[in-house]
Amino acid sequence: MKSAVLVFPGSNREGDAARALTMITGSKPAMVWHAETALPAGTDLVVLPGGFSYGDYLRCGAIAGRAAIMDAVREHAARGGLVLGICNGFQILCESGLLPGVLVRNARLRFICREALLKVERNDTPFTRRYAKGAVVRFPVAHGEGNYTADVETLKRLEGEGRVVFRYVSPGGQRDDTQVLNGAANSIGGIVSEKLNVLGLMPHPENHVDPVVGPTDGRALFESIAGALERA
Amino acid sequence: MTSFEPKITPELVAEHGLKPDEYERILKLIGREPSFTELGIFSAMWNEHCSYKSSRLHLKGLPTKAPWVIQGPGENAGVIDIGDGQAAVFKMESHNHPSYIEPHQGAATGVGGILRDVFTMGARPIAALNALRFGDPKHPRTRHLVSGVVSGVGSYGNSFGVPTVGGLVGFHTRYDGNPLVNAMAVGLADADKIFYAKATGVGLPVVYLGSKTGRDGIHGATMASAEFGEGAEEKRPTVQVGDPFAEKLLLEACLEIMEAGCVVAIQDMGAAGLTCSAVEMGAKGDLGIELDLDNVPCRETGMSAYEMMLSESQERMLMVIAPGKEEQAEAIFRKWGLDFAIVGHTTDDLRFVVKHKGEIKADLPIKELGDEAPLYDRPWVETPKQQRIDPAALEISATIPGALERLIGSPDFASKRWIWEQYDYLILNNTAQRPGGDAAVVRVLDGPKALAMSCDVTPRYCEADPFEGGKQAVAEVWRNITAVGARPLALTDNLNFGNPEKPEIMGQLVGCLRGIGAAALALDFPVVSGNVSLYNETNGRGILPTPTIGGVGVLDDIDTMATLAFKAGGEVIFVVGETTGWLGQSAFLAEILDREEGAPPPVDLELERKNGDFVRALIDARLVTAVHDVSDGGLLVALAEMAMASGIGANLLAPEGINPHAYWFGEDQARYVITVASGEKAQVLRQAEIAGVTLSKIGATAGDRLNIPGERPIVIDALRERHEAWLPIYMGAGMM
Repeated sequence: MKSAVLVFPGSNREGDAARALTMITGSKPAMVWHAETALPAGTDLVVLPGGFSYGDYLRCGAIAGRAAIMDAVREHAARGGLVLGICNGFQILCESGLLPGVLVRNARLRFICREALLKVERNDTPFTRRYAKGAVVRFPVAHGEGNYTADVETLKRLEGEGRVVFRYVSPGGQRDDTQVLNGAANSIGGIVSEKLNVLGLMPHPENHVDPVVGPTDGRALFESIAGALERA
Repeated sequence: MTSFEPKITPELVAEHGLKPDEYERILKLIGREPSFTELGIFSAMWNEHCSYKSSRLHLKGLPTKAPWVIQGPGENAGVIDIGDGQAAVFKMESHNHPSYIEPHQGAATGVGGILRDVFTMGARPIAALNALRFGDPKHPRTRHLVSGVVSGVGSYGNSFGVPTVGGLVGFHTRYDGNPLVNAMAVGLADADKIFYAKATGVGLPVVYLGSKTGRDGIHGATMASAEFGEGAEEKRPTVQVGDPFAEKLLLEACLEIMEAGCVVAIQDMGAAGLTCSAVEMGAKGDLGIELDLDNVPCRETGMSAYEMMLSESQERMLMVIAPGKEEQAEAIFRKWGLDFAIVGHTTDDLRFVVKHKGEIKADLPIKELGDEAPLYDRPWVETPKQQRIDPAALEISATIPGALERLIGSPDFASKRWIWEQYDYLILNNTAQRPGGDAAVVRVLDGPKALAMSCDVTPRYCEADPFEGGKQAVAEVWRNITAVGARPLALTDNLNFGNPEKPEIMGQLVGCLRGIGAAALALDFPVVSGNVSLYNETNGRGILPTPTIGGVGVLDDIDTMATLAFKAGGEVIFVVGETTGWLGQSAFLAEILDREEGAPPPVDLELERKNGDFVRALIDARLVTAVHDVSDGGLLVALAEMAMASGIGANLLAPEGINPHAYWFGEDQARYVITVASGEKAQVLRQAEIAGVTLSKIGATAGDRLNIPGERPIVIDALRERHEAWLPIYMGAGMM
């Protein structure tokens, strides 16, 4: 598979994403600078990594969502190509119109770095095929603005169409909207596009792939992508 | 020189923090009255912060050499060889004064400054740590300072993209008007690709890189070299404003032009900005520097030469570029959207010349600006020795479980999770030991090698006996690094003291430095970088002497790394080292009996080394399952931490022939708690005998409680709840 990791000024987890992809899929991604206007030919997967693009002094991801490379990403997504946005990448996907809603400041107004428990709500997406439906996985979060918000109509549509893929849960595996670490509506941690080919999530699966560092629940996400592309 | 600049008067000289005799020295040195800009330059170079004029004499006694030291003190950061052609580059630096005035920006720019020191040497930062000291939690300003400092540290490191992996946080009323923010950064470089400040070659371009120059931070270093009185808040304009995004770009751009072979010399613009960086590059290389300020990228219009020379705007670098490489270097900086301007050149006349709008604003001898700074042998008195505390003479009403519960939930011992969860400790995907262990462990690239790092000091000990306290700080950092299985290699010291013009404060500085030197020598743990922060006083009251020590060690194979959590029930618990029940200056005495008195525990450096080498060898041979060093709080606090980290309890043996409180809470040094699987017990005992190490069995892991004969059981879950509760409740109580 051919993957591309976008690099915006201020991206800082592009290396972690590239390392996880290389470790799990066996091929090294291309690193694509924000000022480029095209993706490398034959790109299967585009990853928008974590970080603070352009410093995120405006709304998170607002400038990156309008970067030169994003037209190419929108075209890639429209063709059905896979797009994965992690943390700042999720914020950029929302700002670029590829996913609905927006990420605002955490309810407690503090940055939070912690292991979070997430329920895999469906395993029929290219990103979650290797997880059991309903599995509870452990991914770390590291964000100040991970509080997912959308208007009531949008939330209803997302739920109705089953587009919430990752949801924060309590240690017992139960959803508890009053205890979400960042205040996200409906405990939403990650959502997909209508065609299931664009995933945005706040937690960092790429930081839980290596037993030296911690749990390895993130591996299956990258294995899922590799598997989906192999079959395609 | 122009007429609208202020006239030099004794008042103006005093406002610049220069004493009358120091001004006389300037007159003698240059043979005329300085211009306004020149006065500013002297004040920037000769303040305590930049010149180390009170401490230099005593810093000379520190051991700084070892076969693995590539660069000792005197550069932006220290550099040590960690094998395989790789080097670790590290330093710790204080940002105390700015953090009191404006906690968020003060702390943020402290982190920014230390990261810049590390990547200026050509290293990519791979870890950050910090040591924070706040006033009494009951002081009305403490909560505000904790909140601001923590958000500042987090905002900078998180955005820059370096994991903040460890540190310490303490509270004491002596920091009420003067919190300490000591930031440490560790970077990784190729051992043969280290970059230095020393300029070489005449007529080469001096290039300004990074953010634009504004009016922020003017006289920051001078402000940091004076005591605070009433109205310190009015000094807010001397605090710089940080831009971690610009720093991240600067990092990438600097590493890229270094890789491209464009850089001859590089110096970051930290304290005293353009002045200090230009003078250091020239003076170290025995060259003159001529600057033309017309080319300096400015954020605001109408900035004077004086303002540009003293601005401490952040995220700026000065470089000497290799001949013919200007265009390539400029293209790289433009790609990252950063300013690039040729602002001067090197000369052969050893003068520091500053031009602005066609006028010469300063023309000074460059070597003397640095080398001829005043050097003081300040009078000092030895701190009077205190008596050893006799436990039998203490009236203790607290039970042992009761005292443990109080200690573990007290401000100094309570979990700092509320703080470190605001720091990204996972980025770069190499964090093998997260905050909360003895030392942070960060894998080097893809391993198997890793670096262990820790920072520590016990200010109570340093105040009671500066020499023993200084030794203890070094020994404890060495022990923390040992407890994860790593070989301690070198340290950085961040010396925070009060007003050195007071002989008793100077005595603390001298005593601590002697202790640090003795321990560094005995443990082969040289000092490779450091920073001195004096005048930490508000309204005439000094902080506790706080020489924070940061250490780095190497672990050859991360697979052998030890952690402090108990691993399973049924394992033997040993304590390595002698337990005599030393309660002087202990946390037990301070927290439970409200007495900060007595002689602190003496540090036997030979014993430290013997016991530490023994523990490291056991870890290396995989004969132990958990390791924890015994530090403040004593044996029972160490055991409680091992239990809370795992949920596994222990059946402990009653001590014999020793006061139980002194046994469980005494702070004898050179000790570790280890656990051993029953099958390895005989082997470990044999090893101890061969090494001549005192090894005492103190119990066995079991269940989910700590059981001490004759005492009520201590339930670990309840203990953990207390441990986790204090800080969130304290901080929450201050918010709506």
